[in-house]
Amino acid sequence: MIGKILKDQHGHVAGAVPAGPGAARPPITAAHLRKDAWWALPLATFVFLASFVVYSTWAAFQNAHYFAAPYLSPFYSPCISASCVHATFGGGLPDLTFPVIGLLSPAFLVLWGPGLFRLSCYYYRKAYYRSFWLAPPACAVKDVKEGYTGETRFPLVLWNFHRWTWYVAVLFIVVLTWDALLAFRFPAPGGGATWGVGVGTIVMWINVILLAGYTFSCHSCRHVCGGHVNEFSKAPSRYGIWSLVSRINPQHPTFAWLSLFSVGLADLYIRLVSMGIIRDLRITF
Amino acid sequence: MATTFTLRLFRGDAKGGTFRDYPVESEEGMVVLDLVHRVQASQAPDLACRWNCKAGKCGSCSAEVNGQPRLMCMTRMDLFQPGETISIAPIRTFPIIRDLVTDVSYNYVKAKQVPPLRLKPPEADGTYRMMQEDIDRIQEFHKCIECFLCQDVCHVIRDHEEKKTSFAGPRFFIKIAGLDMHPLDTVDRSRFMKDAAGIGLCNITKCCTEVCPEHIHITDNGIIPLKERLADEMDPVVWLLRKFRGVKPKTNA
Repeated sequence: MIGKILKDQHGHVAGAVPAGPGAARPPITAAHLRKDAWWALPLATFVFLASFVVYSTWAAFQNAHYFAAPYLSPFYSPCISASCVHATFGGGLPDLTFPVIGLLSPAFLVLWGPGLFRLSCYYYRKAYYRSFWLAPPACAVKDVKEGYTGETRFPLVLWNFHRWTWYVAVLFIVVLTWDALLAFRFPAPGGGATWGVGVGTIVMWINVILLAGYTFSCHSCRHVCGGHVNEFSKAPSRYGIWSLVSRINPQHPTFAWLSLFSVGLADLYIRLVSMGIIRDLRITF
Repeated sequence: MATTFTLRLFRGDAKGGTFRDYPVESEEGMVVLDLVHRVQASQAPDLACRWNCKAGKCGSCSAEVNGQPRLMCMTRMDLFQPGETISIAPIRTFPIIRDLVTDVSYNYVKAKQVPPLRLKPPEADGTYRMMQEDIDRIQEFHKCIECFLCQDVCHVIRDHEEKKTSFAGPRFFIKIAGLDMHPLDTVDRSRFMKDAAGIGLCNITKCCTEVCPEHIHITDNGIIPLKERLADEMDPVVWLLRKFRGVKPKTNA
């Protein structure tokens, strides 16, 4: 059947638009007839997403104040450059220096991972196609651009690889959880380390919990865990996991925003502690 | 207590048309379709308007109320401010016949092209068995009343007429999802989804889900899982697991 359709129409569906009694659309020229404040949501999305991109890029270029013992900023974790103040794996890649940029901040060695995960995320795609692409700006409001190819051409066709970025994002959750565990281990005054809890510990744990919520409520995660199965009765464990992920999947947009704020605020908190602008309250045992 | 509203109704056909104002009284519990019928009965007997069940189940009275795709019979008048002027336009993605009536046969052409269910062989006793958990997921898609509001609001065909040849639209993606996720199905629709139904054109902006009067999660439960099924073809982890489990591929449509 599909072969016939493709053969007949050179890749397009046969006889798609019948010429009915009124072959022309309703002669209404207005781009939309909505009376509500439809522009408010895309505008707010634009402001918040753009602000995050500006702040995170600035923070990544700083290459300083990303570590205030024992807290490591999530923008720089895992810190895999040899010049890291806090090398996650005890060493790392040699420093990379570029002609105009200079010394490459270790943040750029890792930010591509979570960056691509968010960029290709099904929720964020909705958010930025509406607020940045304006395709469409809101429901039943005309697209701003005339031509449209959707996600069929480069670079947007690459978003079909979202699954791959999810695998990477899971590794980041492991690393950030390790960082959050290390945030209980404070340097002792006489050398060595002592256990304790600081405001930064709590900030890092809230951040990793929200990031895990975002990562494990992802649509790709839902599919990998069991969405691909057609006979759930023959795969009870996958059905159980799929049901669990399906329960948190509707909260994916909420986790997307909360984790975006938490990762930015966690970096800001550690930055301010590291710069000595604020003092981290902590209890050590 | 009766409240007066002004209905700004589109009157015309493919040759031309305009919005005309009709002041009309509304009583408690009324819906937009009631007021359109009042206009039809008292002021504009030639007003063309398609409707049938008046219970949100036939999908006939789709229109754009204040610019938002809605079923007129399910849009209560208490949503609006007393005295408000309410615009009612036909669903703009399809060719107009007259006034509020459009020709939605595009959708019937698309429906015919979806590769149907092809059942796997019956079990040894000649019967088919499915468990409830196997079909819970696809029952959501069977709630569709074919009002075509999702098709109307989808910007791919709403704003890009030329895409009607290569794009099936959200209503048919959930139809495909319902078939593809069926526990007894044997058809591989991946090539159809990519090439003929044009799923790559969907940029998941979720307007279809927002307007669905049956509250079907068209994007989250239908379109995205279909995109993920296509992504399986590019996923080495899935490929390895299928090899390990000895999963047989479906046959191509």
